[in-house]
Amino acid sequence: MRKVLIANRGEIARRIIETCKKLHIETVAIYSEADVNLPYVKEADSAFLIGPNQVQQSYLKVDDIIALAKREGVDAIHPGYGLLSENADFARKIEEAGMIFIGPTPETIETMGDKIGSRQTMKAAGVPVVPGTDEGVQTLEDAIEEALQIGYPVMLKASSGGGGIGMIRCDNEQALSQNFVSVKTRAKAYFGDDVVFLEKYISDGRHIEVQIFGDTHGNIVHLFERNCSVQRRNQKVIEESPSPNFPQHARERLLQAAVDAAKAVNYRNAGTVEFIVDEDNQFYFLEMNTRLQVEHPVTEAVTGFDLVEWQLQVAKGEHLPVTNQADIQSTGHALEFRIYAEDPKTFFPSPGNIKSLNWGSLNGIRIDAGYEEGNTVTPFYDPMIAKVIVQSESREEAIIKAQNFFSSVKIEGIKTNVALFQEFLGAKAFQDGTYNTAVLPQWLDQQKGGK
Amino acid sequence: MKQVQSTMAGTVFNIVVQEGEEVTVGQTVMVLESMKMEIPIETETAGKIAKVDVQIGDFVNEGDVLVTFE
Repeated sequence: MRKVLIANRGEIARRIIETCKKLHIETVAIYSEADVNLPYVKEADSAFLIGPNQVQQSYLKVDDIIALAKREGVDAIHPGYGLLSENADFARKIEEAGMIFIGPTPETIETMGDKIGSRQTMKAAGVPVVPGTDEGVQTLEDAIEEALQIGYPVMLKASSGGGGIGMIRCDNEQALSQNFVSVKTRAKAYFGDDVVFLEKYISDGRHIEVQIFGDTHGNIVHLFERNCSVQRRNQKVIEESPSPNFPQHARERLLQAAVDAAKAVNYRNAGTVEFIVDEDNQFYFLEMNTRLQVEHPVTEAVTGFDLVEWQLQVAKGEHLPVTNQADIQSTGHALEFRIYAEDPKTFFPSPGNIKSLNWGSLNGIRIDAGYEEGNTVTPFYDPMIAKVIVQSESREEAIIKAQNFFSSVKIEGIKTNVALFQEFLGAKAFQDGTYNTAVLPQWLDQQKGGK
Repeated sequence: MKQVQSTMAGTVFNIVVQEGEEVTVGQTVMVLESMKMEIPIETETAGKIAKVDVQIGDFVNEGDVLVTFE
């Protein structure tokens, strides 16, 4: 593998370029008109304009991207996360064109991309799933009947959904009736498919996921868990590993379930098995993400491995760098913070020009940024501008280190959630590690009430 | 002429009012999608809507007219 095209943008394109450079692999970047000045475009060995700003006309143009890759003599394509990363059609066309797709097989992407299908697969493999409907629910009448069986509150979800879009909690029949059509409409608009299903809502649940990795020789390992329960709008804001407040026996069962899940689909390359974990540490399979995750640096920090390097090695057909599970150790504690261009109170996006970007003290802090000072955050893409990864011997030390770091960050020109981190890190529920997915909305309500 | 302008750039996701409809201050007239988020656009003035200036799926920039009042 001598030349890789990165079918993505921003920080993840930059992250992949970094590892390719380390391994002396040539990189080809693609960019939209809006992204021409971003750092990753300059850092790639070559970069090509792929289209106008909207993703449908640029980063999602499957045939144009593959044609460019062929023309440039590329050996493999890395899809990053989001965009085309979980598009089975893209993966299949790359392989048909004689190149390598850096990810799982198109069949795996298809099976796991359909939430109903993946629930069925996991159930058959003995992995616990959230109680819910086995098939999609067609009509509101069916949904009401099923919800009575499951018991309220329920989550109404799009089978093709993801990234926090296409799911809503319904506390009663009235809420279900109000949301049924709109979730179907959203699913159709965002994902091109309006099949919906119902799951029991696990109250006070934590979102804990497991990083798994497989190669083409049948080896599958896990690289421990990440707790991603600090969320807003069902999207992650802080991730950490190891998960606090999680007993060792429960952790071992969870990690084993993730490996079983990966084995059930003969998994290849990097993947994440997401679980919801209740107050009694019972866990249920939620979904499997068939790509590298945004929060992969948390795992890199505690294990010491370069996961992009692992991806490239497996894609070449080689064995996993470590095939013996016992040789993969987790040391210390890592936290990742997603820096979003958004209002820290309303969470509304705040695109604009980054007039100044000063991270302050970087001692022992890793920053994966998609932008630099002077760049413009445009409204066409995800609002995440950077990730901050803090690592230390213990969770307590990591939190203190993060608090010190955020007190020195200064970003001007756009609103960011840095102000939120400055305050939220002191919240008791976060500090003591007992938090669940409701922690951030609850804390914000308390702040409002207190003023 | 009174108007509702877009407060940010994004794609028109949903239009919840019709031409000829009377709206009150604070009422949502449409929903934009921007940076993976749905943002309700509320009117700051009350009145009867003469014209809805955009269609679902249109890309609008900050300051673009979304709705014009009579």
